[in-house]
Amino acid sequence: MSRLRRRLEHAWRPFRRSSRTSRVLIFVGLGIATFFVLVAFVGPTVYRYSGVQYRVEVAPEEFESLPQLAPPDDEHPFGTTRDNFDVLARVIGGAQLALSVMILAVAFGMVIGVSLGLASGYRGGRLDRVLVTGMDAVYAFPPLLLAIIVSFLLAAYIEPGVLSAAGAVGLVYIPQYFRVVRNHTLSVKEEPFVEAARSLGAKERTILGRYVFFNVVQSVPVILTLNAADAILTLAALGFLGYGVQPPTPEWGYDISQAQSDVASGVWWTAFWPGVAIVLLVTGLTLLGEGLNDVINPLLRARGAAGREIGEPPGDEDQSDRDADAQRDAEPIDSGAENR
Amino acid sequence: MEGSSLRRYLVVRVLLTLPMLLILLTLVFLLLRVAPGDPITASVGARLPPEEVQERRAALGFDDPLYVQYGRYLAGAVTGDFGNPVTDRRDVVEIVLDTAPATFELSVVGFLVAVIVGISVGAVAGRLRDTPFDVTGRLFGIVIYATPIFWIGLLAQLYFSVNLGWFPSSGRVGGFDAPQDITGFYVLDSIITGDWTALGSTLHHLVLPGVTLGLVIGGIFVRLVRVNMLQTLRADYVEAARARGVRERNVVFRHAFRNALVPIVTVMGLQLALLLGGAILTETVFSWPGLGTAIVEFIGSRDYPAVQGIVTFIAVVIAVISLLIDVVNGLVDPRVRY
Repeated sequence: MSRLRRRLEHAWRPFRRSSRTSRVLIFVGLGIATFFVLVAFVGPTVYRYSGVQYRVEVAPEEFESLPQLAPPDDEHPFGTTRDNFDVLARVIGGAQLALSVMILAVAFGMVIGVSLGLASGYRGGRLDRVLVTGMDAVYAFPPLLLAIIVSFLLAAYIEPGVLSAAGAVGLVYIPQYFRVVRNHTLSVKEEPFVEAARSLGAKERTILGRYVFFNVVQSVPVILTLNAADAILTLAALGFLGYGVQPPTPEWGYDISQAQSDVASGVWWTAFWPGVAIVLLVTGLTLLGEGLNDVINPLLRARGAAGREIGEPPGDEDQSDRDADAQRDAEPIDSGAENR
Repeated sequence: MEGSSLRRYLVVRVLLTLPMLLILLTLVFLLLRVAPGDPITASVGARLPPEEVQERRAALGFDDPLYVQYGRYLAGAVTGDFGNPVTDRRDVVEIVLDTAPATFELSVVGFLVAVIVGISVGAVAGRLRDTPFDVTGRLFGIVIYATPIFWIGLLAQLYFSVNLGWFPSSGRVGGFDAPQDITGFYVLDSIITGDWTALGSTLHHLVLPGVTLGLVIGGIFVRLVRVNMLQTLRADYVEAARARGVRERNVVFRHAFRNALVPIVTVMGLQLALLLGGAILTETVFSWPGLGTAIVEFIGSRDYPAVQGIVTFIAVVIAVISLLIDVVNGLVDPRVRY
C-alpha cells in the first residue's frame, strides 16, 4: 500500500512542480477531449437520430424521409444534408469514428515504433543500421502522401474501415517513436544500473523489459498526444480525398467533401459543423500535448525551445528531477512564461 | 584552409544524397509492388479479354522476377524514364511537366503569404510578449494548426466567391483567358507574351487558394518566429546594443530580427513536405490542375505506374531540395561542416 502510494506520489511530482500555465493547458485539453469522448459514446444513445438514418418510421411500416438540406432549426439543430442525413447525428458519429481510429493508429505506431527502437538501440550493429536508414526514408517522405498510398494499398487486402484507416494513419508515426526510443536506449544501456543488472546475471529480457524500458518510456506520452492531434487531421484529409472509411459511415472529412457541392449554392451548415468538430478536438489535443510537454520535459523549454518548435521529436534528453531543479534555479524568470 | 573545408563539406553532402535517394526510391518501389495483382489487371482488366491482359502484362515486364523489375525501375529513374501510365497517353515526364508548374505557382504564392503572415505576426508577438497581441498571435498559431486546410478553403469559397462574388472559386484562369503556353507558369507566360488579360485572370484565380495554403503554413511560422525572436531579444549582443544607446527600433529590427531569421530560413525549407500535403488538399478544393490533383486522379483510377512515376519524381525533388538547403546552410554558416 505505502509502496503504491510512494509510486503515485513520484509520478505526480512533475505535475505538482509544474507552472500554472501548463496545468491550465492540460486542464483545458483534457476537458475538450473528455467532452468528445462523451459526445462519441453517450451522444448516440441520447440524440434522436443516427448518423446513417435518412427516414423515420411515423407509423408501423410507414416511413417518412428526413428533409433534404434543411437549415438548422429545433428539429435538426445542425440542419440536414443532401442525402437527408441529420448533420448533428453525423458529427456525433464522426466523433466516434475519429476517436476509434485515433486510438488504434497511435497505438499501432507506438507499439511498433517503441519495440523497434528498443531492439535497434539495444542490439546495435547491422539491425540498427538497416532500421535507422529505413526509418529515415519513411520520415523524409511527405506524410499525407504516404498515408494516401498506404490506404490505397490496404484497400486491396481489407475492407476500408476503422482498421485500414488506422493502419494508414499510424504507419507515419512509427519513425517518430523509433528515433526517440532508439537514441534514449543507446544512452540508457551504458548506465551503471544496466551494467550492474547484467553482471548480476539478469536475463536480457529482464534488462530490456524492466531497466531499459521504464527509463526510456517517459518520452512517449508527449509524442503520443501530439500524434493523436495529427491523426485526427490526417484521417479527415484521407476522408476528404475519398480514402477514408466506407461511405455512408459518418466521417468528418468525408462529410466535408460531400458538402463541396452545397457550398456552391450557398449552403453552409453541411460543411461548417464537421469542420468545427475537427478544429475543436485537434486544438484540445494540441493544448494537452503542449501542457504535458512542459510538465515532463521542463528542460526542453528553456534549453531548446526553438529546437522543439522546429519539429524535433521531444524527449531526447535526460530528465531527472535533479536536472529539472537545476533548470528552475537557473531560469527563475522564465518558468512558465513561455506558455502563457 | 577555409575554402578546402567548405569544398569537402559540399562534396560529402552531394555524395550522401545518393544513398538517401536510393533508399527513397526503394521505398517507393516496395510500397507499390507489395500490392497484389498488377496494374494492368487492376486498371483495365475488367474491360479487356484475358489474353490481351496477359499480353500487356508481359509487354510491360510484370512477369519478370522482382529484382529484374527493381533494376529496370532504378535504371529508368536514373535516365529520366519514369514509366508510362496505363490510363493516360502521356508519359510520366510529360504529365509532370504539364501539372508541376501549376503546383509550383500555387506553392510560391502560398509560401509568400506564409512568410509575410508568419514573420510579421511572429516578430511582433515576440516583441510584445505577454500582451493581448501576443496571446492572440499564439492562439492563432495553435488554432490554425488544428484547422483542416480543405475546410478553410471551402469556407473561403463560400464567403468570398459565392456570397461576395469577389474571387473565382476554381481553376487557374478564366475560360478563354489562358496565356500562350511557353513555360507552363501562367504568370511568367502572360508577362512574356504581354497578355495582360491573362495575367489579371491568373492572379485573380491565385488569390483564394494561395491565401488558404499560406495561412495554414503561416501558423507554423508564427510560432517559430516568435520563439526565435524571444531568444534573440535575450541575447547578450542585444543587451549590448541597448546599452550603447541604439534606438529600440533598430535594436529590434537590425540586431534581433536579422539574427532570429537564420534558423527560421532553414526550417522554412524543411516545410516542403508539409507544403506538398497542403497543396494536394488545396488543389482538390479549388479544382487546381496541379500535381496533387493528378496523383489523386491516378490513385482513383488505380493506375499504379502513373502513381509510382509521379511519386518517384517527388522523391527525387525531396532529395534535391534537402541537398540545396544543406548547401545554402554550409555557405551561410561556417560552423556547419563535417
